[in-house]
Amino acid sequence: MSDYSWVIWIPVLPLASFLLLGLFNRYFRKEPIAAYIGMLSLGIAWVLSLYTAYQYYFVSGIQNGKYIPYLPFRWEWLQFSDHLSIELGTLIDPVSVMMLVVVTTISFMVQIYSRGYMHGDSGFARFYAYLSLFSFSMLSLVLANNLFQIYIFWELVGVSSFLLIGYYFEKPSAIAASKKAFIVTRFADFFFLTGILLIGYFAGTFDIETLNSMQTLKWIGAHPGPVFMGLSAVTWALILIFIGGAGKSAMFPLHIWLPDAMEGPTPVSALIHAATMVVAGVFLVARLFPLYYFTGDGFTLRIVAVVGAFSALFAAVIALTQEDIKRVLAYSTMSQIGYMMMALGVSGYEGHEGMGYMAGMFHLFTHAMFKALLFLAAGIIIHAVHSNYMKDMGGLKKYLPVTHWMFLFAALAISGIPPFAGFYSKDEILHAAFKYNTIIWFTGFFVAGLTAFYMFRLFFRIFYNGERTYEHPPKENSKFMLFPVVFLGILTISAGWIFTPFSLYVSPTREPFSYEVHYFSPLVLGSVLVALTGIGLAYLMYYKPTDYPSRVARAFGKLYFWAKNKFYVDEFYLFVTKKIIFDKIARPFAWFDRHVVDGMMNAIGNTTLWISEKIKFIQSGRMQEYGMYFIYGVVFLVMVYYFFNF
Amino acid sequence: MIEGISIQLILTFTTLLFFIGLYGFLTRTNLIGMLISLELMLNSEAVNFVAFNQYLYPGKLQGSIFSLFIIALAAAETALALAIILQVFKMTGSTDVKEVKDLKY
Repeated sequence: MSDYSWVIWIPVLPLASFLLLGLFNRYFRKEPIAAYIGMLSLGIAWVLSLYTAYQYYFVSGIQNGKYIPYLPFRWEWLQFSDHLSIELGTLIDPVSVMMLVVVTTISFMVQIYSRGYMHGDSGFARFYAYLSLFSFSMLSLVLANNLFQIYIFWELVGVSSFLLIGYYFEKPSAIAASKKAFIVTRFADFFFLTGILLIGYFAGTFDIETLNSMQTLKWIGAHPGPVFMGLSAVTWALILIFIGGAGKSAMFPLHIWLPDAMEGPTPVSALIHAATMVVAGVFLVARLFPLYYFTGDGFTLRIVAVVGAFSALFAAVIALTQEDIKRVLAYSTMSQIGYMMMALGVSGYEGHEGMGYMAGMFHLFTHAMFKALLFLAAGIIIHAVHSNYMKDMGGLKKYLPVTHWMFLFAALAISGIPPFAGFYSKDEILHAAFKYNTIIWFTGFFVAGLTAFYMFRLFFRIFYNGERTYEHPPKENSKFMLFPVVFLGILTISAGWIFTPFSLYVSPTREPFSYEVHYFSPLVLGSVLVALTGIGLAYLMYYKPTDYPSRVARAFGKLYFWAKNKFYVDEFYLFVTKKIIFDKIARPFAWFDRHVVDGMMNAIGNTTLWISEKIKFIQSGRMQEYGMYFIYGVVFLVMVYYFFNF
Repeated sequence: MIEGISIQLILTFTTLLFFIGLYGFLTRTNLIGMLISLELMLNSEAVNFVAFNQYLYPGKLQGSIFSLFIIALAAAETALALAIILQVFKMTGSTDVKEVKDLKY
């Protein structure tokens, strides 16, 4: 039996690297040193995470047929009352171990990649410092054993995301994007905090293990707290927590920051806005899954399922029309996270009922690999042709052969073609959704087709679509950039069948169970067929330059135009904030504040001033005299107290 | 908990420290001297916090955390006070406390 005390090093090493690089920035002018410090710390953290995973899943995690949680560290931090306190601690359970592996793998790969991508940038050490800060916060978030600790690191990942999106701080669009991301997620976090406080008040604890224990769940079931609009207080708390998660995970309607976040450097998009931070919302729901499932008869989970399915569809439709390759990938990320949310929402609890949960986590795992790969490959392409736009690309297969193959694998994976990773996770999601509700399943099924189409639209337009001459022939010249891409490519091909059945590792009850992949069931054949149809259509339209795309766009008319303008959600938000909140509410308040509130304060101040003018001659101005008077006063009061015993 | 040292001993020490600081604050005429005396008083409180925490509630952290707050506060306060003293020195050419009695006007 092991005590897992080494896990503390997994977040601490990136923190050390952040402090070193951040505080002594100017001493790391030489690029390789800064990069190797970052890589070394993350590399060790990665190895430790793999070792933890090995220990947990294969050696000491299972006892009596069930994964048991380990709490290697646990300190009481703040005590509010006899029952309610905030701890600092680490919780090792199947979900957190899986997330450790995902976060460290992607972070490590991105650290290596950035050595090539950021080469020659003036803020090189700063970039590595921010990356390490992010890794530290994300890993601590994953390991947290209570909701408050999750909240603290939740904000810290928000800050590091803000810093990294605004990394090119001389670019106004990057500044605007970073502000937008921060404000939107902060807005959602406000609900998250309210939810946590409600949970603390009505369930009496912040501790995740206690919250998810059957005892607490029964207690909550018996004492649901006051009812508001037909829902109990704890249900409301869970809804609010889900809003927080939706903000971070870019679910509709809080998704508007994610596409703009693409202003950050591409490795950042791969790390934060594709693989790790944006799945924090999914992670949060998964963390509290028993609570979600048993409170209010799973009402919140239905919301999660509907929001997830709708976001998946919404984002996929927008992704069809975008021209900037990173934005296509951003919307695709949003769509895939919608998938994961949907999977959690449709999941049951015990045994095979828990397939949805398992599939959501599996998809999180595989999606992290292939989406990070797609972004890193996109980074190579952008680096090579110096543009984000598809119209500046085409025929790149000749110039970027390795990237071409890896991009192809990732695109096949995200489309759900066997034997690539995405197939295994996506089909389990569709299976679970089919059992739950036909409409939700059909949404997922349709989105699978759309996904295949827009991914291959991207693929064909970048690598084929006729010949093209470039002023500077693009080439893959950095081995630091190629290595992570190839490594993730191998994972994309193999992760699916290696880790099937994933329910041996992660399940809602923590009891491993096994299932068979039915390769030839109608559901699987159907979803593979729809993906192939999407690919086929993309091939027809984009393999060679044709006029089909513009004809199809015209055929869809308004719908195409709306999707291209992202359904005007941004404009709607601007309208609400600028025209309604600023003009109609904030301005009158500002007037009231300036004239009435300030007026009263000024009157009080002026009166005080006037009186002091009159009476200040009483005082000597010698400080030590005042001190003596003060002490006389204290002594006098003590004596009064002592003799008269008040 | 330190072996062989009772809490009374520590409290005696901090009380002494506090009153030395108080005496210094009341008798010094130099502003910097007064500031140093003030710091003595603050630090005696910080030690008190740690001592009470360790002897009365071992295993909890609040007292230690508060002494950390006190240290941070003291640093901030020193920075502010020194800035004021510097200005006083620029205005009057000395750091004598008697020089600043006109500040009330």
